[in-house]
Amino acid sequence: MKEKLYKWIFMILAFSSLIFLIGIVIVLFKEALPIFQKVKPLEFILGKAWYPTYSTPEFGILPLILASIWVTFGAILVCVPLGVGSALYLHELAGHKQRAILKPLIEILASIPSVVYGFFGMVILTPLLQNLFHLPTGLTALNASLVLGIMATPTVCSLADDALNYVPKSFREASFAVGANRWQTLTQVVIPAAGSGISTAIILGMSRAIGETMTVLMVAGGAAVIPHSFLEPVRPMTAAIAAEMGEAPMGGWHYHALFAIALILFLTTFVFNIIAEMISRRFRIKLGLSG
Amino acid sequence: MKKDIIQNLGFFALILSVATTLIFLGSIIYFISIRGFKVISWEFLTQGPRLGMTQGGIAPAIIGTFYLTLGAMLFALPLGIACAIYLCEYSPKGFIVNLIRISINNLAGVPSVVFGLFGLAVFVKFFCLGVSVLSGSLTLGILTLPLIISSAQEALLAVPQSIREASLSLGATRWGTIKNIVLPTALPGILTGVILSIGRVAGETAPILFTAATFYTRGYPKSVFSEVMALPYHIYALMTEGTHPDKQTAIAYGASLTLLFIVLMISGIAIFIRQRQRGIYG
Repeated sequence: MKEKLYKWIFMILAFSSLIFLIGIVIVLFKEALPIFQKVKPLEFILGKAWYPTYSTPEFGILPLILASIWVTFGAILVCVPLGVGSALYLHELAGHKQRAILKPLIEILASIPSVVYGFFGMVILTPLLQNLFHLPTGLTALNASLVLGIMATPTVCSLADDALNYVPKSFREASFAVGANRWQTLTQVVIPAAGSGISTAIILGMSRAIGETMTVLMVAGGAAVIPHSFLEPVRPMTAAIAAEMGEAPMGGWHYHALFAIALILFLTTFVFNIIAEMISRRFRIKLGLSG
Repeated sequence: MKKDIIQNLGFFALILSVATTLIFLGSIIYFISIRGFKVISWEFLTQGPRLGMTQGGIAPAIIGTFYLTLGAMLFALPLGIACAIYLCEYSPKGFIVNLIRISINNLAGVPSVVFGLFGLAVFVKFFCLGVSVLSGSLTLGILTLPLIISSAQEALLAVPQSIREASLSLGATRWGTIKNIVLPTALPGILTGVILSIGRVAGETAPILFTAATFYTRGYPKSVFSEVMALPYHIYALMTEGTHPDKQTAIAYGASLTLLFIVLMISGIAIFIRQRQRGIYG
């Protein structure tokens, strides 16, 4: 009798994650949908003007969406070569001792708070980039991409390294046996075998970059215009929410518009996570690991 | 031979990428340490800000971060461990477990600013808790729940099945086995996960922007319903608000170094312990 009670208590508590997730979805929809009485969904997403505080406000978030895409794309260009390259180094070249130091070191570096990255971008990278490219301001999409990329590198590296370690030793040995050297084995056997695991790492790194708030809020510059180059200030979606929610009157159009941005952000990362999960499941089955 | 040249070039590229990563990350720590050390003193760590954020220290922000982290843990820890116990010890494999697992994975991927909005709409507004330590703690607690669950799960799964069976065969009940055998064995592993998530929570900014944090308070928070200063938010506010950017930047260096030190120490300890444990369990 008592046993059953315990089981039920644990089961109810176990549902908390599901409840919170559903709660987030409900809250986002409930607070976001009213904006679509004011603007049509398509106009909201494809509108080119974001003037939420004007007397005749305009709610077009295309500049914010494009800013997020640009910055994330830039971050990928930084974190994929660095992260995957480091993982391959850890896997192939680092000896036991080096690995025992580097692996935890990279994990520790992954825990540097995002606000510290943002601070670093503001005080060190900003003047550097400004002088380098002779810009009116160093707070640009490029700056945000660099900082985000560096920030996502440890995550991508750790996950990619895990994926590489799942590849059975026998694959490598078979490759060596037919006369391939280490580099050929790495690029033609190990990387393809770990390919979907590595792409999961990249997708999760991307998902992290899209959702990252403090760094882009601090270093992206904040101009809500459609970006034309990496050397201009931009305002990604997360930065818009964080910067404007404090001033948006509760229950007003602006408030609902910001929730609608959050909803789009949530759905985007949700899709990325589902894709990552599907790929990684297939990866495990392919290598004969339990799902 | 051609393929050896390619191999050398390839390996060189790998070395280059790991070196670049370490240089980047190292330079963050280097620059902040060098300039932060000049600012940090006993007074800086034990006094409140004075003269419009241009003088004095960051003590209320440190205390605020401590309260927020403590609150988040008090909320998320029992919940997370209970969830992990259900998933590892009770649940028959099947639809429900899959559903819970998927929701944990997705909750882990939700952007932190979205948690902030959720906290604003639910805790601050709907439950009328206001911008307060309580709202911020609950928001941070939900954010860290997936991390606690997955590390508790890892710890529980590392407990050998045989000692569970031994306990059950001696006539112990399922709950008795969990309480007396499984949990004590898994405790070090669970603690590691907890320390790791403390490090993460202490550095989070976006979730507390609208739920707990404020730039300046007189003295320390008086109850769970008061606004607080928090270390990560303080860094952001020093760089973006106020009227004396130069003097504030100096203080922000000190605050960043303090935060960096706290977070890196905490996660360093956790990762070090975990490394050793994984070594023991193979």
